[in-house]
Amino acid sequence: MAFEYAPAPESRAVVDIRPTYGLFIDGEFRDAADGKVFKTVSPSTEEVLAEVADAGAADVDAAVAAARRAFGPWSALPGAERGKYLYRIARIIQERSRELAVLETLDNGKPIRETRDADLPLVAAHFFYYAGWADKLKHAGFGPEPRPLGVAGQVIPWNFPLLMLAWKIAPALATGNTVVLKPAETTPLSALFFADICRQAGLPKGVVNILTGDGRAGAALVAHEGVDKVAFTGSTAVGKEIARTVAGTRKKVTLELGGKGANIVFDDAPIDQAVEGIVNGIFFNQGQVCCAGSRLLVQESIQDELLDSLKRRLATLRVGDPLDKNTDVGAINSAEQLARITALAETGEAEGAERWSAPCELPDSGYWFAPTLFTGVSQAHTVAREEIFGPVLSVLTFRTPDEAVAKANNTPYGLSAGIWTEKGSRILAVANKLRAGVVWANTFNKFDPTSPFGGYKESGSGREGGRHGLEAYLDV
Amino acid sequence: MPSVTSTPTAGTAALADATASDAALRRFLHGLPGVDAVGLEARAAMLGTRSIKTTAKAYAIDLAISMIDLTTLEGADTAGKVRSLSAKGRRPDPTDPETPKVAAICVYPDMVATAKEALAGSGVKVASVATAFPAGRAALPVKLADTRDAVAAGADEIDMVIDRGAFLSGRYLQVFEEIRAVKEACAREDGSAARLKVIFETGELSTYDNIRRACWLAMLAGADFIKTSTGKVGVNATPPNTLLLMEAARDFHAATGTRIGVKPAGGIRTTKDAVKYLVMVNETLGEDWLSNEWFRFGASSLLNDLLMQRQKLRTGRYSGPDYVTVD
Amino acid sequence: MSEQDERATKAAGKAAKTKPKAKGAKAGAAAEVTATGRLSVLKTYKLFVGGKFPRSESGRVYEVTDSEGNWLANAPLASRKDARDAVVAARKAFGGWSGATAYNRGQVLYRVAEMLEGRREQFVGEVADAEGLSRAKAAEQVDAAVDRWVWYAGWTDKVAQVAGGANPVAGPYFNLSTPEPTGIVAVLAPQDSSFLGLVSVLAPAIATGNTVVAVAAERAPLPALSLAEVLATSDVPGGVVNLLSGRAAELGPPLAAHQDVNAIDLTGADAELARELEIAAADNLKRVVRPGLTSDWAVEPGLERMLAYLETKTVWHPTGSLGAAGSAY
Repeated sequence: MAFEYAPAPESRAVVDIRPTYGLFIDGEFRDAADGKVFKTVSPSTEEVLAEVADAGAADVDAAVAAARRAFGPWSALPGAERGKYLYRIARIIQERSRELAVLETLDNGKPIRETRDADLPLVAAHFFYYAGWADKLKHAGFGPEPRPLGVAGQVIPWNFPLLMLAWKIAPALATGNTVVLKPAETTPLSALFFADICRQAGLPKGVVNILTGDGRAGAALVAHEGVDKVAFTGSTAVGKEIARTVAGTRKKVTLELGGKGANIVFDDAPIDQAVEGIVNGIFFNQGQVCCAGSRLLVQESIQDELLDSLKRRLATLRVGDPLDKNTDVGAINSAEQLARITALAETGEAEGAERWSAPCELPDSGYWFAPTLFTGVSQAHTVAREEIFGPVLSVLTFRTPDEAVAKANNTPYGLSAGIWTEKGSRILAVANKLRAGVVWANTFNKFDPTSPFGGYKESGSGREGGRHGLEAYLDV
Repeated sequence: MPSVTSTPTAGTAALADATASDAALRRFLHGLPGVDAVGLEARAAMLGTRSIKTTAKAYAIDLAISMIDLTTLEGADTAGKVRSLSAKGRRPDPTDPETPKVAAICVYPDMVATAKEALAGSGVKVASVATAFPAGRAALPVKLADTRDAVAAGADEIDMVIDRGAFLSGRYLQVFEEIRAVKEACAREDGSAARLKVIFETGELSTYDNIRRACWLAMLAGADFIKTSTGKVGVNATPPNTLLLMEAARDFHAATGTRIGVKPAGGIRTTKDAVKYLVMVNETLGEDWLSNEWFRFGASSLLNDLLMQRQKLRTGRYSGPDYVTVD
Repeated sequence: MSEQDERATKAAGKAAKTKPKAKGAKAGAAAEVTATGRLSVLKTYKLFVGGKFPRSESGRVYEVTDSEGNWLANAPLASRKDARDAVVAARKAFGGWSGATAYNRGQVLYRVAEMLEGRREQFVGEVADAEGLSRAKAAEQVDAAVDRWVWYAGWTDKVAQVAGGANPVAGPYFNLSTPEPTGIVAVLAPQDSSFLGLVSVLAPAIATGNTVVAVAAERAPLPALSLAEVLATSDVPGGVVNLLSGRAAELGPPLAAHQDVNAIDLTGADAELARELEIAAADNLKRVVRPGLTSDWAVEPGLERMLAYLETKTVWHPTGSLGAAGSAY
């Protein structure tokens, strides 16, 4: 008799979503100046969760003006006082973490296990970490009196909505900047709940402003004259557009962009942990992770054994209702993203790679894509070069460490890489040669507020996290 | 429960070669993939977050009860204690005859006859520890005599301990041959044999790499079950070390077609713990292992917690220790 | 045209041009007839690419004068193809230079300072001519430039400790961040400081293990081209520094758009050119140093010009193999 897990849904009752939300400008919610709104849906059910104000140019003006007014007093506050606001925010996030986890799962489609065990703990930790920097900036190695830049315009993606907000807002506020943040169009809700947390923390009005809207609002924010600093996480294409927009201005810019991370498995790898690392590398958050290990580079001599293990493991992934506590793989964030993943997977097949999908039943409504492998992939295949941003793993082989490194680096991206081997000297040698900002050896997709994260080459510039993360928001 | 006649070493010629000499065995065991401790522990912890509710929980509780080797291994054991425990094993919850029986009663060799008599006709097995349990510090003839005594007294299953000293000093072939000898001592005159569980005392092997090697060594030598620990040292079964045993059994099955049972023992006291282990079985070994033929819990206090949870599911109210029997 | 022929042609040209102005101290060391009536030997200035001294593939030169308009030399007018060749040379050199030990890079940079010190008089003269400075003022520039090499030589094996370090992550992981060189840095050298300024933008880029393609100050390229001779004799591997003379507006765009260049320093570009080049640089997301990062070349620099060309790599590895079986210790 099979051990069927009964449904174990997390309660939706802990979160109260209002039917409509305004923009958060100067400490209060208000409608868009032109009254426009858009709907945000739950990707796992296509249910409309709320109607949200759609920011236009006038709203960007108002938000930047509010942030500018708030900048003087906020940056003049003693660092210790700014820090205490951030500590308050960290604590309130911890208190409300279950509510926020459920909210994030509803709006994003990712499994509650991840929002509960990864996103929310990291969000709180990030604020807690940067809170402590606020009164220690002169010791951070950026000169005796590092100054804030001013108003930071921040645009974040939909894959980790609240975590990316934390990565942006915590260091900005700790260093004395004020912010105007635009969450992604498909995941606006957790940022709006964060606005309420700012209220509960008593944060001075205008220090944090939240503008919901689409790419046009983001572009207007980035281009706004009153913005001193631009921070963006998202696609490389948009990142390049932003780099062009800020050219010749005073605006400091940091970018966290795409990736095509290589996860390199040598023949002496701890194989069971490598399989877990591969799974975590590409199926965590449905593969919608910029640092995903989307290219598996496996030493040819263990390819069959590893792929057998991997397929067996993938068959145990539980795909479905993101609110179910036993779900491993949730919904794709949007119909648009699903279409992109589907198209790239079709290209992979058309180009002759062999497709294998985990046997799983997908729900009828919502946006779903079964965990998928492509074998027989070469560097020339589209699925080995383009970021798919979905649960699709391309499997390539190599014969020697040199070849592994050459293939791993053979991409315009340079965000992440993985190395699996029990040989310490090989880890160090390969890590040294990889052109990637984060190298996980015998682990994958680990994050910590103290640990700098960011890319080489077209994966972006600047680092988020750790002491390094302060530089993006200081005039150095 | 069908009788088991596994012939593990018959799997592949390659594996047979592995045990041809001390050097070959060492090369084989040291050539097994390494274990990254943090990754193993993270995987075990993740499986521990599975939320098993309602119908699944009811299923898991009954399954867990049926997998218990209800154990008493005290210097103070008496015939009365063993009979009392046997009665509990036959009928764990007197208020509900639907409650499954446990898998076995596990005792010292001198108590086997008593247990056998008390369990006659119940279908509950008698398991006996042997080989100078728990330290395993005795000469091989003593260990074999210990085993034969228990089998002769009617033991259905033998839980032997390996010589950790020999293992840790690298004398793998000695450990291997000792297991084989004990396995032979499990044979009965009618041609059947007691099933052999091989206890590693994982807490003393110290590293996960050692545990994986011990698993393969035992499986190659003819173990029917691999078992974590005696329950007599500081750290006994843990989710990661049991997961490692499961991975070894899974890989051995893939390599040879031979199924090996897994038994965590010691330290599993709550329903919540037991369910975590069953989740690990389900997601590592698969449903083929989800029976007491292939998975056991070495436990004593676990049973009453399972029974209280069972009563809670049946009645909707929380039970208490006065509503389960103390034996 | 053979080298001899070309040389002869140039010398003839020089003589023709310099004759009318060949008087007084400012007549240019190059063309002066000595008191004894001996005609001095002029130097043909060339590009520095891949450790060699080629002429521009275009065959073009442009006239370089001192601040009073006196002819000093004909400098190569480098072309897009020269820039391309320089990038190839810089890429070829990157592996070895970035892989050299920091100690070794420090020794090489210090060697540059030593060589420069030995040719101090030559550079004082060239800087005085190039920038219209008195010899005393020019000497200050040259001395500061020598000292700047020494300063950066000392940084090669220290910057990693200042810019990197262990991160105390909340989990059983060893976590280390290390700065690594960005790759190839294209440099439009400052126009206002032909030598100290050049050294100040060049040294930090190579101290950190990058390789460089630099475009010298347009109107005063001679100190830069002479610096190449110092670099060539200082154990700096060929291709680590490549020096071009020519127009920033001509060489900037191909370098800014080059997909194998990883960073660009726009110090020597005017505001309009800088904006245009920053836009072009976005195509492969080069690291961009905008003009104005350094306002006074005489002041001791900070870390900014090194940090600009360093990528932070963070490596994670699990810890915790002790007591892995959960035994009691």
